[in-house]
Amino acid sequence: MTTVEQRPAVRPDQVDLSVDLGLLRLANPIVTASGCFGSGREIDQFFDITALGAVVCKSITLEPRLGMPTPRMAETASGMLNAIGLQNIGIDRWLEEDLPWLQARDVPTIVSIAGETVAEYRMLAERLRGRAGIIAIEANISCPNVEDRDTVFACSPDATHAAIQAVTRGATVPVFAKLTPDVADIAAIADSARAGGAAGVSLINTLLGMAIDVETRRPRLAAVTGGLSGPAVKPVAVRAIHQVHRALPTFPIIGMGGVRSVADVVEFLLAGASAVGVGTATFVNPLITHEFVEALPRWLAAHGYGSVRELIGAVQL
Amino acid sequence: MAVVTRSEGPSPRARRGEPVRALCEVLTYRKTGVYHSLTLVAPEVAAQAKPGQFVSLGVEGGGTLLRRPFSIYAVSRGGPAAGTVEVVFEVNGPGTEWLATRTKHDVVDIVGPLGRSFPIPQQRVSCLLVGGGYGVAPLLFLASALQKQGLRVDMIIGAATAERIFNPIEAKRLSAGTYFTTEDGSSGVKGRVTDVVDQVMDAGQIGVVYACGPMPMLAAVARIAARRRVPVQVGVEEAMACGVGVCWTCVVPYWSGGEVRNVRACVEGPCLSGTRVLWDQIGVRTDADGPPEEAAP
Repeated sequence: MTTVEQRPAVRPDQVDLSVDLGLLRLANPIVTASGCFGSGREIDQFFDITALGAVVCKSITLEPRLGMPTPRMAETASGMLNAIGLQNIGIDRWLEEDLPWLQARDVPTIVSIAGETVAEYRMLAERLRGRAGIIAIEANISCPNVEDRDTVFACSPDATHAAIQAVTRGATVPVFAKLTPDVADIAAIADSARAGGAAGVSLINTLLGMAIDVETRRPRLAAVTGGLSGPAVKPVAVRAIHQVHRALPTFPIIGMGGVRSVADVVEFLLAGASAVGVGTATFVNPLITHEFVEALPRWLAAHGYGSVRELIGAVQL
Repeated sequence: MAVVTRSEGPSPRARRGEPVRALCEVLTYRKTGVYHSLTLVAPEVAAQAKPGQFVSLGVEGGGTLLRRPFSIYAVSRGGPAAGTVEVVFEVNGPGTEWLATRTKHDVVDIVGPLGRSFPIPQQRVSCLLVGGGYGVAPLLFLASALQKQGLRVDMIIGAATAERIFNPIEAKRLSAGTYFTTEDGSSGVKGRVTDVVDQVMDAGQIGVVYACGPMPMLAAVARIAARRRVPVQVGVEEAMACGVGVCWTCVVPYWSGGEVRNVRACVEGPCLSGTRVLWDQIGVRTDADGPPEEAAP
């Protein structure tokens, strides 16, 4: 049995919150999880969102999408299922309507993109070339590949490699592959993303789930199945981050999945994440990411850490 | 009286016209018939709230995670209950069960006011308010605002049974003509609100219709108003996770800017033009090329 050694006291204002994701430096490790932060303006009503390490936007597709019919959401025990169907205004309108606001506010922006084909991933990346304010691309590859019987890109090492290679060839910024945990060997998929040129991975996307209304005998989502998020999935995320970090210790990870407290943020860092995304918790408390940025240095100082980086991958096995 | 501190209280950059988050004290809990009501001390919310807007309340217990949205029934800006907001609800799960066991001085987490309110007519017109179940609650807030503007208000209130008619006394006080319908005939006309809408509209020069209640009722009222070419505003309800416009779960198909858009009930709504809601498309697949199963949020 090991114990954590005593550390000298640190003042919260002395704590270095900055983290590196490969060549990308963030002022602090708190980022938003894709699809959980709107355009940025909605939450900026509650606090100045430039306080965050980065904002990850909702996945953008080449063409506008109306998304799935309602009901799109069902609360489950300590979690929620959603099936939005990637509703978004399409990349052209996003570049016209949403990006300028993020640029004007000087928000470090990570753009989530979703394609239906390898070629679409490349086109999306090319549309984002050389745009100010975009610090990275997150390729949401937990999408069905219409050229391969709708199998999810991130469920196949080869499809992962192909999609990520297409994005990295089109992009001028680092590319992170957002992976689904619904696979047998997530470290192998992460390694395919790395081989395809990814600067890192985002772990985890939602888990595919389903809920049935026993009175009506109908699925609780119009789309029948949907993505499970919230505290219910947190141990799955910690496991996936840990497995990928063990297999690829120098490969940067943005961790997300059910984070709702500063202790959860620390847990993700210990598992091997260099930045931590917050999703469903923002639905419950629109100020939560701001509270994490404020509380994290206090937690670190109280535990004698001078830098967030000391915690990354520091789980004691 | 309100439990409001820097860290727990109003959001760091609350400005007028923007929602706030606060921990607020329960002033009163009441049971009125089958409905429950909570009056919360939330001065920042009360100061801004308009009829048709809602608040979302944090709940606990039974593995619940998300906030619950509630239309605002009443606000008090002066007198003994100054700075309070009142909501009405039915118990239909562990979250509302938890809320129904709150008592004076308990603390509840509130975000609000949220969403688009009912527009108030600029002209001197007669207003018809049609409510079903606890959907009547926000209409009473609206009726009081319309009355203050000196506008004539008529109300049609429907419920399954007499005991499910919310606050009929206040409805009578706030309206020139008050009509009740119950499905079992235990009060007023036996039938549904839509059975009497035409008759009431024939009797008076109704310039605008407002409706709040179950979605099928809203659709039916909107169709009648559209046929009679009278503007109609509806307060819609859809399964909602965040209430602040970031999760995109609570959408309603809506004719806007020359195209069909899925607008958010929590931001573009909940008060929408009833003639522009595409009632037939609610719950219907619209993306022909959309994936049948989608894990991505």
